[in-house]
This record gives sequence, C-alpha cells and structure tokens, in this order.
Amino acid sequence: MKIPYYPGCTLKTSAKNLEVSALESAKVLGVELVELPRWNCCGAVFSMATDDLIHQLAPIRNLIRVQEMNEKGIVENENRVVVLCSMCFNTLKRSNMFVKEDKERLEKINNFLSDTEEPYQGNIEVIHFLELLKNDIGFDRVAEKVKKPLKNLKIAPYYGCLLLRPEEIAIDNPQSPKVLENLLEALGATVVDTQFKTRCCGSYQTVNRKELVAELAYDILNQVKISGADCVVTSCPLCMFNLDTRQEEVKKAHPEFKTIPVFYFTQLMALAFDLGESFYRFDLNYVNPKPLLSEKIF
Amino acid sequence: MEKTLEEKTSERFLDIMERIKESNKSVTTGIDEKEIKHWVTIYIMGKAYKVPADLTLMQAMEFAGYRFIRGAGCRAGFCGACATIYRKKGEYKLRTALACQTRVEDGMYLVQIPFAPAEKPVYNLDKEGGGLDVVFKHFPEVARCVSCNTCTKACPQTLEVMDCIQAILRGDFKFAAENSFDCIQCGLCSIRCPAEIIHYHLFQMVRRIHGKFGVPPEPNLEKRIKEIEEGKFNEEFEKLLKLSPEELKEIYRKREIKLD
Repeated sequence: MKIPYYPGCTLKTSAKNLEVSALESAKVLGVELVELPRWNCCGAVFSMATDDLIHQLAPIRNLIRVQEMNEKGIVENENRVVVLCSMCFNTLKRSNMFVKEDKERLEKINNFLSDTEEPYQGNIEVIHFLELLKNDIGFDRVAEKVKKPLKNLKIAPYYGCLLLRPEEIAIDNPQSPKVLENLLEALGATVVDTQFKTRCCGSYQTVNRKELVAELAYDILNQVKISGADCVVTSCPLCMFNLDTRQEEVKKAHPEFKTIPVFYFTQLMALAFDLGESFYRFDLNYVNPKPLLSEKIF
Repeated sequence: MEKTLEEKTSERFLDIMERIKESNKSVTTGIDEKEIKHWVTIYIMGKAYKVPADLTLMQAMEFAGYRFIRGAGCRAGFCGACATIYRKKGEYKLRTALACQTRVEDGMYLVQIPFAPAEKPVYNLDKEGGGLDVVFKHFPEVARCVSCNTCTKACPQTLEVMDCIQAILRGDFKFAAENSFDCIQCGLCSIRCPAEIIHYHLFQMVRRIHGKFGVPPEPNLEKRIKEIEEGKFNEEFEKLLKLSPEELKEIYRKREIKLD
C-alpha cells in the first residue's frame, strides 16, 4: 500500500527518531509512506479566528499537494494523507474541516491561491499514523511482526491534547483513549494506566517559561512513577520535548528527581520489530533509555 | 574561409552593443520626436508622461527626465538595482519587475524601489557554526512565514522563493542554497512579504553556511589559492596594470570565451 505522507519540520530536525522509526516500521507492515514531493509548514498552530484566512493557506496548500500526487500518479486513488506529528495532524485536520464546512471560505482561499495552484477540491482526508495502524493494518498484524516482545517493559501512554482535542478531530475517545494501549499490548508490553495521560504538557509555554513546564513535567512523570511504570510513550514531538528534554530543568528544581525515559510509540514498534539501532535513534532522546532496555529486554 | 568561434563571438557581442545603443538613442542623445511613430502614456509616481512605446521602464524614466544615481546598475537584468512595482491599466494586481527588463505599456503606473530597507546582520560562521539555531538567531522572523507565496510571485528571477524559506525552516539548507542561487537581491520579495522576512539576506547566509559546512572542500580551489599565494599570477597582474585603457579594452574583446 502506497499512501501520501506529510512530515512537518520537526520530523526533519529534532524528531528524526520519530520519522525513521515510523517509516521503517511501516515498511515491515507493508505500507510505503510516500513523502509529499513538495510541502510547506503545516500552519504550526490552528488559527481560531474564523476570518483569519491567511493562516489557512499553509495547511490547504499541503492538501493541494496531496491532490497533485494523485493527479501525477505518484499514488493511486489515495485521498488520505498520513501525518506523524501531532501538531501537524491537529492543524491540517482542523483546517481541512474549517474549509469543508463552509464553501465560501474554501472559495476565498482558492481564489487567493489561483495564481499558482489548482483549486483545493475539499476531498482529502487527514489521518494520523495511529489511525492507519488501528483501522487499516490492524493490531493483530502488528503483533504478528513482533520479533522481540517488550514483555518486561511497563509503559505509561501519554496522549497530551493534540490527537484528542477538540473532540471533532479526535482519533479516539478524548476522555479515555485506548489506541496507544492497544498498540503497546500488541508489542507485548505491560500497559500502565495513569490519571494524567491526557493532561497538558505545557505546550509552547516551554519557549519562554521553561520552569513552569518543568513543574508540569514533574507532576506528570511522578504520577507515572507512582503508577509503577518504567517509562512513558508519546506520539507528539512537543510532548516529547516537554517531558523528555525538560527533565534537565526538573532535575535543577527538584534535585531528588530521577530521570525516566520517554519514547515515541514508533521507536518501541521498531524495537519490537528488531529493526536495528539506526532505526531507533535513541541518541536523540534526552534521557538515555538504553540502561532500562538492557535491564528489561535484552 | 569560415569564421572561428572567437570571431563569431566577438561579432555577436558588437552586434548586441550596437542594438542597445540604437534602442537607447531616444534617451541618451535625444531624437526628433517625429521619427517615433508609437507613443504610450505612463504614470511615474502618479505624474503622466508621454514616452516612446518600445522603451524599457528604465529608459522611459530617463526619457521623462529622471537621472539615476542609484537604482540603475548593469542595465541587463543581473544586478538587481532597479526593482520596480507597477500596476497595469484596469488591473488590480500589484506587479513587480526589474525596470531594465520590462517594457512600458500604455496606462501603466509605476515607481522604482531600488532598495529594500533592512539591517544587514553581522555573523561569524567560524564562531557561531551553521545550525538552524544560528539562522533563527539572526532571522527569527523566518518562522512567521504563512506560505502565502507572495514572495515567489514577486520574484523577477522566477525563483521558488517560498519553497526556499520553507526548506530553511526544516533545516534543508542544500535546497535553499541551490534554489536561491540566482537571487539578485533586488528585495522585491521582502517588500511584499506579510511576515516581513528579509529573504535576500537570509538566502545569502544560508548559501554561505551550505558552502562552508554542506559541501566537501573543492580540491581545485585549494590548489588555485596555493598558486595565488605562491605568486604564480603576479607577473601577469603587473603586466595588466601597466596597460592603457585602450589596450585593456582590446584584450577584453579578444578574450577567450568557451561556449559549451
């Protein structure tokens, strides 16, 4: 199966570990994620103002690129685009909804783009990689490909907000999501439920209010430890940064704090498929997970 | 006897110069207006001027009496000094062009913007390195791009300006360096950008970063630098410096041009 794939800037810079592990794991599952030949910023944050159409140009332009991939025969009749980054997923999906629900908005945007682009028809569907795993590939199939079950690993899933809020774009039940849990079970891990799994990570406050975000991370990670988990798994590069890299600030504020590894779900999938170091890129995780992994798995 | 390539090249060069001289006649020497059959009216900064129909915007401005101290350079579309914005008769679109490369049309409104005001950042790549963080430090506004593509539409060099900006945002300096290579720094993109990005300074920085960190050192360049330092060309230089302007022009005309 060939399906268009939108990466976003973070997957090409600080979250390369999310991209390489996902693309290679997808291959094992018989899916080729074909990167858009040309793409721009997703829009970074969905603009809430209904008349602020200029901030919809970036996401809609990307959806036009998916249309083009079909026209050029790069993919065949595939009107879906897979996204890995939670922020990109949220922005693209909401922008798509925003223009689909009001033809006048779409027309205005298309008119502005008409100098250089074909109009967006409104037929593209934005999906997250987790949805592809759940609905198209199936967790049974994922389980079949596991070579090295993560059986001794106790993992706390952490969703953050972008895959679940607002409710209209949620990939799962926003109150009690299960998709990461189901995936982790397929990989043979022990899932640990925590009450903070959909709590806010602090988001972009991390740029100029590091200490505030460090406190949020401290609470979330302590909750994980209290629940008995060894590590956290997330899908979002921003959650990853706030829970993983910000542990440096957590340690400064709370000297007794012991660091705890945070993974992308795709890294654990690649690990369970035994794809090799170059597809895990644990060197890009702030907290080195290798001591934990050698204790529990190898 | 068949002419050599050198002779053909030289002839073609003289022919082009002759044509340029001819077309500039109305501007440089003044001619009898009766000799000109076709006229158009253009509005330079709002004031109407009747000018010969076949002139470029730059020539038309000179015909109208403007004298360029800045805002004119190579007159051949290479230097980027004559950036101009204009609207055509009955059209809402604000267009951009190089004044030396665009012909007048009847009813055109125009003004030259020979300089896009922007501070030139000072950086030291040896000390600062060539990472995305360094680019953001000097050009933080690049992250404000909304992908409107107005820059691309403004570019008289038809570069994919927005794609270059977007490539920079994801750390793909190679794409940006290669695809901005023909930038002549006219600044029209930066004048039009709603995010106030200074594309032309930014691209120059990224090309420098790519040249320094992104491509392997060129052995021929190192060899040539060594030759220069060892004085291999000193004699030749001294010879040139002693020549009269006429002798220099003669050498220039007869220089070897290799065409692929």
